[in-house]
Amino acid sequence: MSTDSSARESDAAAPTHGVGHVMSLPVLVAVWGALAVLTVVTVAVTKVDLGNLNLYIAMAIATVKASLVLLYFMHLRYERPVNAIVFVTALLFVLLFVSLALMDTGQYQPELIPGYSPAMPPQ
Amino acid sequence: MIGSETEPPAPDAAVHPPHLAHHFSSPQQQFESGKLGMWVFLATEILFFSGLFCAYAVYRANHPDIFVYAHHFLDKILGGVNTLVLICSSLTMAWAVRCAQLSRRRGLIALLSLTLCFAFCFLGIKFVEYDHKWKHGLLWGKHFQPQESAGEPGSAAKTRESRQKADKQEAAIGPATPAPAGAAPAGSRDERSQIPPAAIGPRGLARTHPTQSIEKTPPKNVQVFFGIYFMMTGLHALHVIAGMIMLGWLLARSVRGDFSSAYFTPVDLGGLYWHLVDLIWIYLFPLLYLIH
Repeated sequence: MSTDSSARESDAAAPTHGVGHVMSLPVLVAVWGALAVLTVVTVAVTKVDLGNLNLYIAMAIATVKASLVLLYFMHLRYERPVNAIVFVTALLFVLLFVSLALMDTGQYQPELIPGYSPAMPPQ
Repeated sequence: MIGSETEPPAPDAAVHPPHLAHHFSSPQQQFESGKLGMWVFLATEILFFSGLFCAYAVYRANHPDIFVYAHHFLDKILGGVNTLVLICSSLTMAWAVRCAQLSRRRGLIALLSLTLCFAFCFLGIKFVEYDHKWKHGLLWGKHFQPQESAGEPGSAAKTRESRQKADKQEAAIGPATPAPAGAAPAGSRDERSQIPPAAIGPRGLARTHPTQSIEKTPPKNVQVFFGIYFMMTGLHALHVIAGMIMLGWLLARSVRGDFSSAYFTPVDLGGLYWHLVDLIWIYLFPLLYLIH
């Protein structure tokens, strides 16, 4: 695949050192194309009413896009795993933070003023 | 030392690379240490933004009607174009890093300039959006005073727009009552809510408006959506500006000829920062503009 060609390329272009990983141009352009297509898709999907599913689809597409950026534009796929571990750890803490906050706030809803919360529809 | 299979033999001890700091044993170690440091910084940036994402999640979970109502004031087209602009800038940045790694100075200068142009383009579109909201009173807190025809062109379906106009006229007449316009959350009506308000009771709970007028009024506290919107996009825009300063610095240094295949760490790490800015926008765009 492209991994081999880019490795060979970095060999030929920079024989004096082994620092970093050079991304091949076709891979960069392909990732860019995928990101652009996914952006159009995520806008198009909002025209279809799927209820709650819309949010999950939008977030799934955003996560695919973010992964593409991380893995290829940010070279995470070709680097030492420690960098990815640092970043993913931060994401896990974000997940913990947001989900605990949501669980907490969910406990208060029925006591709110009528009409202010989804648990109690307006009159 | 962890490295790729293409790692060369250790440099001759007599030849000290000019960019190698004395406390590192090899350029490889120096590069990887710098990169780890950058990733730790990016992790703190994610945590920094997570406070706002948390505020967004909590507020949206409690008041989905406000988000459904308020997002019609945002222009999906402009937001989408801005997303594409940032994606293009990410491509040119990644390409610039490649040029630096391959000692292609001309390409590096051209691509960094192009990235900077895309950044200006992003901020320009952002300015158009902010300007529109400023003129129509779609702001945070007490500054939220929506004007007539505040919906941006192409932001919503025509029927919705006309309905919103009616909503806003209603809002101008009297204080808004807490009810989503046509977007009432699913669920059975509470039996207790049918009981008329007590003559003597807690003041805040007694309803003063007849129920018929509720259907046409926008939800209450829409200004909080715009508070969240301006905080999130504003903080992101600050990061874009910081990234542009960094790009200008990298551009000046690459014009000077500082970077080559032997030393390109600043370009690489600057690129990581720029991609992070793109990464955050990738989430901001659907969360703010594409609410359903």
